[in-house]
Amino acid sequence: MARLLYELTESFRIAFAQIRANKMRSALTALGVIIGIVAVTLMGTAIRGIDIGFERSLAMLGDDVLYVQKWPWGNVEDWWNYQNRPPLLIEQCEALNRVIASTPNSLLEVAVPMAQRGSAVKVGENQVSGIAIFGTTADYSRLMSVDFQEGRFFNETESTAGRQVCVLGGDVGEALFPGRSALDQTVLIKGQPFTVIGVLAKQGSFLGLFSFDAQVLMPINAFRKYYGIRNGGTSLRVKVTDKTRLIEASDELIGAMRRVRSQLPGERDNFSINQQQAFKEQLDPVKSGIALAGLFITGLSLFVGAIGIMNITFVSVKERTKEIGTRKALGARRRTILLQFLIEAVSICLIGGLIGLSFTYAVCLFLEHYVPSLPVEFSANLVVVSMGVSVATGILSGFMPAWGASRLDPVVALRYE
Amino acid sequence: MSNSLAPDFTGRITRPAGPIVIDIAGVTKLYKMGEEIIHALRGVSVEIRRNEYLAIMGPSGSGKSTLMNMLGCLDTPTAGRYEFTGKNVAHMEDDELADIRNREIGFVFQTFNLLPRSTALANVELPLIYAGLPPSVRRERATQALQSVGLGERMLHKPNELSGGQRQRVAIARALVNNPSIILADEPTGNLDSKTGVEIMALFEQLYELGNTIIVVTHEEDIARHARRIVRLRDGLIESDGPAL
Ligand SMILES: Nc1ncnc2c1ncn2[C@@H]1O[C@H](COP(=O)(O)OP(=O)(O)OP(=O)(O)O)[C@@H](O)[C@H]1O
Ligand SMILES: [Mg+2]
Repeated sequence: MARLLYELTESFRIAFAQIRANKMRSALTALGVIIGIVAVTLMGTAIRGIDIGFERSLAMLGDDVLYVQKWPWGNVEDWWNYQNRPPLLIEQCEALNRVIASTPNSLLEVAVPMAQRGSAVKVGENQVSGIAIFGTTADYSRLMSVDFQEGRFFNETESTAGRQVCVLGGDVGEALFPGRSALDQTVLIKGQPFTVIGVLAKQGSFLGLFSFDAQVLMPINAFRKYYGIRNGGTSLRVKVTDKTRLIEASDELIGAMRRVRSQLPGERDNFSINQQQAFKEQLDPVKSGIALAGLFITGLSLFVGAIGIMNITFVSVKERTKEIGTRKALGARRRTILLQFLIEAVSICLIGGLIGLSFTYAVCLFLEHYVPSLPVEFSANLVVVSMGVSVATGILSGFMPAWGASRLDPVVALRYE
Repeated sequence: MSNSLAPDFTGRITRPAGPIVIDIAGVTKLYKMGEEIIHALRGVSVEIRRNEYLAIMGPSGSGKSTLMNMLGCLDTPTAGRYEFTGKNVAHMEDDELADIRNREIGFVFQTFNLLPRSTALANVELPLIYAGLPPSVRRERATQALQSVGLGERMLHKPNELSGGQRQRVAIARALVNNPSIILADEPTGNLDSKTGVEIMALFEQLYELGNTIIVVTHEEDIARHARRIVRLRDGLIESDGPAL
């Protein structure tokens, strides 16, 4: 045991002396590993970043909210079956809330209607277009997953009376009232004056597709006056009491919705219950596909680096054949020689890996500072994994030459010129 | 020292031979070079005892180095018997042989074979590392060995900062450091000028007198004369075996 320890120490000493003596050669070989590690770790941070962005996006949907919609999230093949479903109506939301209230120990807390239309919002000459206008009820504040930058949500009275008040998404508020408070200001929506009573905090975009900050919320009774409630534009959102029992809650909601929509037993549901989990299941394979492809491509560069290591180890063994013979004559076992060359290969890989990792770290710091919207994430895991990958690369690529060295016949090795 | 160490007629002392260290009988070694088979040794029998100082002589290609490698457990015979201090080593595995080389045998090579990037001290410590000795013991024993060959002042020099004679002294210190049963030197003066060669042979003489067992391969009569016994090889066979005159 002690002997192995002393042999290892000696091997490391020799390995570093060897690297120092062949600086150029070692540097060039390490370069291959550096490039490989940089590629792999950058890809790792990107994948991790995508993951985090994805989680953040899903959190915007709320993990305790069920969406009742005409269409399921994700792809459907028989779209015509969904197209012909009867629309969801505001009255159904009220009926659903009555069912919830009359169910003892219901897993559902409250349902709100969400009517939606795209529109422009104006303040004087200032106008932002393509804003999602939502009509909903005061209960919406109970299932919101976002904070207020200023102000408040509309209350029950304002909601039922259909007062002309509105809550602006973060971007809308900033665009229309740059650098000043939007509270109690008047905005024009579809030519009608609305008083701003609240501005939401910024949430960012959903998977980079559309912004949750480019929205305006108003009482549904006001919405109804100016937009009407057309087919298809409305959906329901239902908050559950316990998000760990989402499946049961979903089942309860299906039953309740079937009652509300007077569906006959045996008839197929004519609505869909959506939730973020389903989204996740849809997107997870895509995500891991991207990750796999990315890691494969970057892994190739690491592979090239590994071949460089293997080559340099073969050269090193060849050059030092006589030294191997001498060491064997002095009592080195096969293991000793094997370890010595493995350690040399691993040392170069570790040095390369550390340099590569530092480079990636610098790139991450840079991106975080100058391009904060790019989701990159440098984690402690990455350090462990990339060091592990470096060592593994060294062992795998150094093994063949080191094995050959350990099996050399001492007499043949000593005669080698 | 015991009083049996009487000087012989040349004025040298000859130590009484001790127990048998090496016992080979009917040893042959074949090398295959493609189709051709080379008989490097054709049946060699020899017995070597502790405290002997032996020279192996013979013309080039007669099998001296082959025999030496065999005696040093670097190689195993194609056929025949080899007992090293009573242990049968003819069919031992690589790693077992490595341990015997480490503990029982000290090699001195014609080309010194020092590790170029290590100091004299580190070179001498190497066999002790393989013996599993802790750093402090290694340092002490390596220092002692270097002092005993007269290199106490040069311990931290690398081989390329030493003369040929000094390099060979480092190599001898390395051979000595683990207190081997036997020291094997294959043409130890082959790469040295004659004056340095004489100095190295004087060192061997001194080591012999201190109680080491030494086998030297050489084809120079002058060198062989330092030994107490000479074995002459020709074409892979022992031609003669007797005291040096
Ligand atoms: N590894 C080998 N492969 C093939 N033939 C070998 C090998 N080693 C030695 N021989 C042959 O065996 C014979 C004896 O070689 P050896 O090296 O023992 O001679 P030697 O007496 O040491 O000669 P020299 O004085 O030149 O060193 C020679 O004919 C040599 O060519
Ligand atoms: Mg020879």
